[in-house]
Order: sequence, then C-alpha cells, then structure tokens
Amino acid sequence: MLQEESDLSLIIAQIVQKLKGSNLYSQLERQAWASLQRPEIKLESLKEDIKEFFKISGWEKKLQNAVYSELSVFPLPSHPAAPPEHLKEPLVYMRKAQGSWEKRILKSLNSMCTELSIPLARKRPVGEQKELLNKWNEMGTDEPDLSLFRPVYAPKDFLEVLINLRNPNYENGDSLSFRTHLGLIQVPLKVKDIPELKECFVELGLNIGQLGIDDSTQVPPELFENEHVRIGQKVLAQQDSAAAQQYIRQGSPTALRAELWALILNISSQPEDVLYYEQLKTNVIQHDLLVDSLIYKDVKLTASNDDYYFVFEDYLYQVLLCFSRDTSVLSHFAFNSASPPKSYIRGKLGLEEYAVFYPPNGVIPFHGFSMYVAPLCFLYHEPSKLYQIFREMYVRFFFRLHSISSHPSGIVSLCLLFETLLQTYLPQLFYHLREIGAQPLRISFKWMVRAFSGYLATDQLLLLWDRILGYNSLEILAVLAAAVFAFRAVNLMEVTSLAAAEKKNHLRELKSMSLDDIVKIHGLFWLF
Amino acid sequence: MAGKVKWVTDIEKSVLINNFEKRGWVQVTENEDWNFYWMSVQTIRNVFSVEAGYRLSDDQIVNHFPNHYELTRKDLMVKNIKRYRKELEKEGSPLAEKDENGKYLYLGLCVFHRLMFSVNIPRRPVQPWIMILSHRFKKCVPKDSKTSSFVSQSNKEAYVISLYINNPLLIGGRKFDLRLYVLVSTYRPLRCYMYKLGFCRFCTVKYTPSTSELDNMFVHLTNVAIQKHGEDYNHIHGGKWTVSNLRLYLESTRGKEVTSKLFDEIHWIIVQSLKAVAVNASPSLTSSTANDRILKYNLINDTLNIAVPNGEIPDCKWNKSPPKEVLGNYEILYDEELAQGDGADRELRSRQGQSLGPRAGRSRDSGRAVLTTWK
Repeated sequence: MLQEESDLSLIIAQIVQKLKGSNLYSQLERQAWASLQRPEIKLESLKEDIKEFFKISGWEKKLQNAVYSELSVFPLPSHPAAPPEHLKEPLVYMRKAQGSWEKRILKSLNSMCTELSIPLARKRPVGEQKELLNKWNEMGTDEPDLSLFRPVYAPKDFLEVLINLRNPNYENGDSLSFRTHLGLIQVPLKVKDIPELKECFVELGLNIGQLGIDDSTQVPPELFENEHVRIGQKVLAQQDSAAAQQYIRQGSPTALRAELWALILNISSQPEDVLYYEQLKTNVIQHDLLVDSLIYKDVKLTASNDDYYFVFEDYLYQVLLCFSRDTSVLSHFAFNSASPPKSYIRGKLGLEEYAVFYPPNGVIPFHGFSMYVAPLCFLYHEPSKLYQIFREMYVRFFFRLHSISSHPSGIVSLCLLFETLLQTYLPQLFYHLREIGAQPLRISFKWMVRAFSGYLATDQLLLLWDRILGYNSLEILAVLAAAVFAFRAVNLMEVTSLAAAEKKNHLRELKSMSLDDIVKIHGLFWLF
Repeated sequence: MAGKVKWVTDIEKSVLINNFEKRGWVQVTENEDWNFYWMSVQTIRNVFSVEAGYRLSDDQIVNHFPNHYELTRKDLMVKNIKRYRKELEKEGSPLAEKDENGKYLYLGLCVFHRLMFSVNIPRRPVQPWIMILSHRFKKCVPKDSKTSSFVSQSNKEAYVISLYINNPLLIGGRKFDLRLYVLVSTYRPLRCYMYKLGFCRFCTVKYTPSTSELDNMFVHLTNVAIQKHGEDYNHIHGGKWTVSNLRLYLESTRGKEVTSKLFDEIHWIIVQSLKAVAVNASPSLTSSTANDRILKYNLINDTLNIAVPNGEIPDCKWNKSPPKEVLGNYEILYDEELAQGDGADRELRSRQGQSLGPRAGRSRDSGRAVLTTWK
C-alpha cells in the first residue's frame, strides 16, 4: 500500500514537472488571474472558487486531457534508483543490440556521404533559398538526381538483425520439444496469449458492435451505427481525451475521425504551434540536409507510386523535411531504446561542446518511412496540423516499429506475438510454410513495420489505426497479421515457395481485403 | 430451343471479347443473325441514320440508344434542356420553377455577355470561359479577353461557350475530374445504374488560376489522353483515384453532410440530363494501367449481366428490371417505375457510403435535402 502511494506520488511529481514547462500551465495561470475579477470568486474560499471556475469553463478538462496524455506517453517509473538507460530499455542485451545496429546505420550514412562528397548539412545560398520558398507547395515537381542515393536501410535488413538477437542468459537447448519456438525470433520475451488478448481487447469481442464490420450493408443502421455516431458527437462536445480513447476502440465514423484523433493525441493547434511549424519551415529553407535527399528518394519510391497517396506527395515533403529539423522530438529518446546519432563539427571530433545530433531530430529515415505520414493526409489538409498529428503519432507509436526493445509494443515483441499466435493456433500452416522456406514472419514483417500502411486500403487502415489509438498499443498489428494468415490459410497451404507466397496477387489481395472479411470469416473471430 | 446468344463487335478490345467468350456466347458476323452487337460510334450512326432504314428485330440488342450522341454534343444538350424545361413547365413540375426575374432556379443556363470580358485592362481579374467545339470532344484552351478573335476550327461548326470555374475543388493542390459510368437499360420508363467504381483523374501539375498558366494544358485539362504526355505521368496509378477514396477524403476533411449533399447533387444532375434525353457516346475501353484493365473488364461484365440477364436471347418484350443479385458493382440510380409505382419515400442507401436512388425533388430552399418522390 505504501509502495503504491509512493509510486503514485512519484508519477504525480513527474507529470507536474513536465506540465509546469508547458503552454497550458501559463494559460491556466493567466486564467486564474483573470478569474479574480469575477464576482463568484471570493477571497475566503479562493482555492475552491477558482477550481470551480476551471471546472465550468472547461479548463479543468483541458488539464485532464494533458495529464492523460502524459500518462499515455510516458512509461511508468520503475525503481527510483534505476538509471535513465533503464527507462529507455531495461534489458542490457537489447540495449547493446540497438547500439550496434545504430552504429551500422550511421556508418552506412557516413560512407554514402563520403562517396558522394556531400556534406551532412550545408547552408543554402540566398538564390536557392528563394527558389525553394517559391516551390514550397510543389516540391514534388522537382526532379533532383537521386540515382546515387540509396535508402540507409530497408525493413528486411532490420529483420535480419532481429533474427540474430540472442539473450546471453538464456539457454535454448539443442533438442526440439513441443516448447521450441519454430519461428525466426529467438528471444524469450513475454507476449500475451489468447486469453490475455481477449481480456485486453475486450471491445473487439463478438458481442460488441464494431465500425468497419457492423455498419456493412446487411446490418441496418439503427442497430449500431447511428447510436455510435451520436455517442461520438457527444464525446467530441465534451472534449474528453480519455472518453475519446475509450470510444474509438469500436472504430470511428469517418466524419469524426480527424477531431477524435486530435483529441486523443491532445493536439489543439494553437497559434504557437503554427508559428513553430513556420519556424521549422524556415530551417528547411535555410539549410539543406543530406537526409532531405533520403526523404525525397523515399517519397518518390513509395508514396508517389501508391494508388491512394500519390495525390499528397507534396504534403509529405512539407511534413518530413520539417520533422527532420524538429529538436523537440529529441525528448522522446528518454523512453526510446534508440539514441540520436551524434556528429561533431568539422575538426572538433570528440569534443562534447561541438557535438550535434544528426539529423536534428535524431531520426534517420528508412525505406518506407514516408508511409507513416501518408494516411494522415486523408484526415488533415492543413500542413501545421498534419505535422503535429504525425509528430505525436511518431513519438507515441511509430518509433517502436524500428527500434530494438523489449517493450510489449516494440517490433520484437510484435514479431514474437505474431509467430506465437500462428504456431499455437495454426501449427499445420506454420510448419508447412517453414518447410518450404517461407517463414511467415518474412512475409508479414513489412506489414507490421509499416503499421500496414500501403498494404491495406486506406479506409480499412484508418479503422486499424483507430484501434491503435484506442488501446494505446501496437499489439493489434501482430494480431491482424496472424488473422490475415488464418484468413488465407487454405490458399497458403497450397503454396510451394516463398516467392509464390509473396506473389503480387497476394499483396493486391491485401489491399482489397476489408477488416470485415478478415474478422468475419476466420481471423479475429477465431481469436476471440 | 434455348440457343446461345450470338454476338458481333467491330471494336477489337479484350475487355469486351473476353466477357463474351466467358459467357459461352457465339461470335458471328454482322451479316448473319445476331442478338448482341457492340457497335462503334460510327456503326451506330449508320445503323440509326434515317437513310439506313434499319430496324432492329425483337431479339436484338445494341450498346447504344439511337440518340445517345445527344449527350456528348453540348449544343444538342442546350436544346434538350430547353425542351425539357418547357415540358416540365407544362406539367407544372417544381423543377421548372423560376425566380422573380424569370430566371430558372434549377435548370438555368448561363447567359453569355460580351461585356463579361474585360477590355484590355491589365491586371484586372479575368473571367475565363471555355469554348467547346460541338462535334468532337476537343476542348480548346480557354482564351482570355486579351485577344478578341478566337482560333476557329471550322467556320461551320457551332461552339458552346461555358463558364470556366476559377476555383475548383483541389486535392493535394491538384485539379481533378470525375469519370463515372452510368448504364441506361431503358428510357421509358427511365432505368439507370451507376457503377460504384468510378474514378477521379488528377492533373499532374499543381493548379494555379494565374493567367500565365492558362496556356498550360496540364494544369487545366484532366483528360488522361493529354496528361499521359506530361513529364510527371505515372504509369502505375495513372493519376487516378477511386470515387470511394474521394468520398473518404471529403467525409474526413469536410464532414458527412456536405459530402452526401455533393454526391446527391451529382446524381441529380446525371438523372436530369438523362431525362432531358441524351446518352454518352463510347467511353474509352482502352486500359492505361493494370488496375484500369481490371476495372473495365468488370464494368463490361456487370453491364452485360444487366443488359442481357442470364445470358438469354434478348427479347424486347422483357420486363427489364433485373434482380438485385446481378447488379454487381452497379447501383440503381433511378428507376422510374419504382418511383412512380408506390410514390412513397424510396430511399436506397448503399452502406458503402454512396447514397443513390430515387431521392427526388430537391427543394432547394435553405439547402435542405428533402426526400420527395421525383415526378
């Protein structure tokens, strides 16, 4: 009991500390001062009266949302004596693996730099700055020569690293038993089993209405859809983050989604935020970074060729180029197992005063990175709002998909969860695929790393991301990947090679699949 | 004896021929006894021209109605709309309502005044117009008022001048148009179907209303035939979006009411145009991308399922209302028989988001969509 209390006070202290520096705090202060003018505020009961005022005017709700946001993002503190590395990643071998992976990436970046004789960063001459400013809304029409650039890494390179992860304290033993994990991931992390998943994702159960499923043609709207929309509107009217997060577990109506996500992510688009974005834009105009070319290349290779997202090509540049320069992103490294790459001013190698993070936000984009932004363009067409939403999605979720950690929503756990589900509930299929050299993870890995962006049709993808936000977890990605395999189990049993399993048809099929198909026929209903 | 449907076509397109063959229909020549003839526009013109004196027999079907070309010819559309208006006025229909200035509320045509051109005043905003040659569908680049003469293609041809909308809806900063497929199985009563998988075609270049770009075809004209030659044309997606993507985007960014209203109005325009009687000529059956090929194949498949149900030999005495299962990706846009039959509020809502169906007489006071039965 005492432990809980002290934990709680620790959490409260941390949150208060964080919020003290925020804009909300100064706003609340201003509001409190202004409220003194009001007749209902009496000196004798100052504290209670101001609290009451906050409640009525909606400021308390804003504060609640901010606190809720902090709780969702910040991991719970462990032992007070634990060093900061533990917050990033408690397991030593994982930290080490992430460290060496980062070294490799950086080496690759540096050698590209040297080969092409391009500096990591350079200040643009005034003429070039003017030109870029004019072209800001149509950078897609630019055709710089990107042939010499290659993505720093692709998901499959990352997969190889994960496959080779080993816990030095764990002896697997050479003999095969029914306990042996047949998949590619060979680290003993704890992942949820079906009963635990059922408990966790209780709103996805059979007896509860879902959007994307229960609003299909056969079900009359009175049964579920209309009521669900009505509740959604009410939640928005209340401006309550926690309620929104609970609500969205059943999926969001299309028209309400943009607002709901903003509410859950606690994004309110204040003038300061717009200004901040403009400042980032100025940074882009003034300085050219090597990663910019990587971003260009990525967009041209992925989003520009996508049926759904090619329209938004220009927005992607506007978001990603600014993202690279946003130093506020650095704060998320406190709970990310990754660390921002450090570089030194020329000639001052090793001198800490001359160390800079490169890129300024510490995130080196990989092949497919722009697909994290693309689906958001369907919801937000105002660049600074789009930017804020993406940044928040990244520091809450997406970073976990490309860093090595033991977190339950980290990519390693997702892979293990996927493989375990498949091995436990579809052993015949798993075994068959393994025998023909088509380990299921090799097919599904890229789906999960991209959170299915570019693999599912946009409307289905957004319904999926609704659930990511609703449950504040990425585990649903692994569950869906397993469900897809279950859905296609019959076809996959007949396949005789990895190439056949991965054939283009298979991918196109995924795009024409709806969550409705997957859930109803085999997939999730089978799980739940 | 139930024979196989005998088909002819003078258009060598795989999306057609594959569909005929998969139904086990028998290919014949046009001189033989045929049931189904998918004709090119030229052939149709010959068949239905007054001199030909050709009459279809009761077991023959072709892919266009005799007056189909009237919808593609803007000058004829103008005539048709005027005639349609008069008819409606006679019937006392609310659609033919006029305002206090005598201007038609719903079926009005723009009045072209020479004075709408600015006369050589620099930097004065110009209202561009677009000139359309009446016969082939060639659009001219909109001219502004700086020159008072226009390049004419032929002295004898009629032009239709259309107001050019300067502030089109842009997505990703680009202009786009809509390609929708509508099947008309009968005119009287009017029965038409809208293909659910229509698409948007995007310009490859960002839209700008500036005068200097008026000459840039790639900014204004969304026709794929033209865009294909632009530098940025992408052969994978062909600059196209499905209508359902459009719907998702609009609902997400602008809300459901506005989006539903938009689609309702589009459907209304289509039905009214059909009623004013005219049918489009041949949509392009050339496929530009793999996805496109699949789309058109399925489109023809669903079309044939409705037009020639059960693959039976055509009979003009049919009751031509097919059961719901054969519609495929078509939805009932308007069924006059159903609409007049019980006169009640028939609203066919598609769960996929498109609200089609006999949602009638828009009373446009304060923009409320009122569901009344179309007359």
